[in-house]
Amino acid sequence: MAELTSLTLAELRDGFRAGTFSAREIAEGYNAAVAASKTLNAYTVTTPEDALAAADTADSDRQRDALMPLSGIPLGIKDLFATAGTDTTAGSNILKGFKPPYESTVTANLRRAGAGMLGKLNMDEFAMGSSNETSAYGPVISPWKRNDGGNAALTPGGSSGGSAAAVAAGLAPGVTGTDTGGSIRQPAAFTGISGIKPTYGRCSRWGIVSFASSLDQAGPMARTVRDCAILLEAMAGFDPKDSTSLDFPVPNWEAGLSSDLKGKRIGIPKEYRIDGVPDEINALWDRGIEWLKDAGAEPVLISLPHTKYALPTYYIIAPAEASSNLARYDGVRYGIREEGSGGLEGMYAATRAAGFGAEVKRRIMIGTYVLSAGFYDAYFTKAQRVRALIKQDFRKAFESCDLILTPTAPSAAFGLNEKMSDPLAMYLNDVFAVPASLAGLPAMSVPGGLDAQGLPLGLHLIGNELDEQGVLNAGLAIEERAGFTARPKKWW
Amino acid sequence: MSVDTATVRHVARLARLQMSDAEVAALVPELNNILGWVEQLAEVNTDGVEPLTAVIDQKLRLRDDVIDDGNVRDAVLLNAPDAQHGFFAVPKVIE
Repeated sequence: MAELTSLTLAELRDGFRAGTFSAREIAEGYNAAVAASKTLNAYTVTTPEDALAAADTADSDRQRDALMPLSGIPLGIKDLFATAGTDTTAGSNILKGFKPPYESTVTANLRRAGAGMLGKLNMDEFAMGSSNETSAYGPVISPWKRNDGGNAALTPGGSSGGSAAAVAAGLAPGVTGTDTGGSIRQPAAFTGISGIKPTYGRCSRWGIVSFASSLDQAGPMARTVRDCAILLEAMAGFDPKDSTSLDFPVPNWEAGLSSDLKGKRIGIPKEYRIDGVPDEINALWDRGIEWLKDAGAEPVLISLPHTKYALPTYYIIAPAEASSNLARYDGVRYGIREEGSGGLEGMYAATRAAGFGAEVKRRIMIGTYVLSAGFYDAYFTKAQRVRALIKQDFRKAFESCDLILTPTAPSAAFGLNEKMSDPLAMYLNDVFAVPASLAGLPAMSVPGGLDAQGLPLGLHLIGNELDEQGVLNAGLAIEERAGFTARPKKWW
Repeated sequence: MSVDTATVRHVARLARLQMSDAEVAALVPELNNILGWVEQLAEVNTDGVEPLTAVIDQKLRLRDDVIDDGNVRDAVLLNAPDAQHGFFAVPKVIE
């Protein structure tokens, strides 16, 4: 049943409900595709039995007319989500072998909605990276190739690189991702799929390995906007276990989908025309504006004056929060332990030296430095003040527009090893994605077209607080007009 | 502000990260590069701007002060690299 793996999540759900195929056939099709894709390194652990068990439950529930929203759907889960009894390592050596005795709220919600799990998806270590190259399991290889006849291995983006590659390669109909500064949207753009980061607090962070708590937010990645709406509905919801969880009802985003944008004003931020960004990216942005106009929307020029300061603000706040969050990895409660020398403190230092990779150490060092005595106000408090201004920019902008359209990333996917030696160049990849993260706003990437090398490019929609529906609807309008049907040619 | 090897060693100690001389030497220019870049925030006028701590305006909830789980000692210790007699075991800290 290889063809089942080419259907969208909505088509799988509806076909299963109509009795066209069984949930077991879906799970078996995906288990086979996953097993045959080891070259891509998208999964760190596979759980075919889990997918089959959920499928069998779905098949018997169908007999009893007791179907749940995701009955019959197997999903890939980013390795940042705690999954009871299944390895959860955040792509790090320090958590090698960690099997949580508990389940994250988001994955518990997905299971309650009937979904099964195909396995855990590779990612940048502790979600710190934009290329999936910092993973302790090695990089994920994008299923996409340049059309230049060369055979360069490309990044699927990061940190949700395994998640993005799995959807693009047909190794899952939908996956979970997490986004701290663009980690759902940039990999979605690089692999020609859709992904949405909801408003901060929509999805519970409980049981998701923490990176930067004031920014981290889970969201879905899938082939289509509709699939994202279906998944987000199942993932989101109030959770008393997360004190930052939003106590609002979850809208019926799928039912509310409409690509009619009449009366909507689309903000085009002038500060996002950045020097050095390839013409192709700006040309796609212009096409996006035309598509939204065609859907009935009116473009308006807006200003987000502190855009330039978003990345440096992010690279103070995120490492500061990370250095504090990652203090828990000390060789005592979980993960690896290195005895070292010098008693307890020596053990901590040796364990952390052996367990963390170079990028994680770099960020812990930056974070510890900016939080240290004498520098706290100059760096950390200053960054929080600039963050307030960035938030204020968006607040003002949304007085004159309903949504904001920008490119997702400043380039198409780059080759593995191309940017690893220069941390700053790597950080710049998130230039369009980070401001919405700092402001806690819902934001989505949808495929817009291919560049001259045949690689996907994404368009990025930012909505006002809690307006996931507006973001999804504009995403749908672009999806319908872009007619993006390109798929990577199977070589793995 | 720029960091030197002594500062990097001090920060590594605060962060509980054991580092070789080579790692410290490599981090000095990397951290300086990144810190030099983030210092552009100094040019933003933030007088009278309150630092943003909660990105979506809402009051931090307090939960009721009641036990809602418990009796899960074995689950808590399940992943410990070393557990003895129902406790986390660590290297001796008192002679």
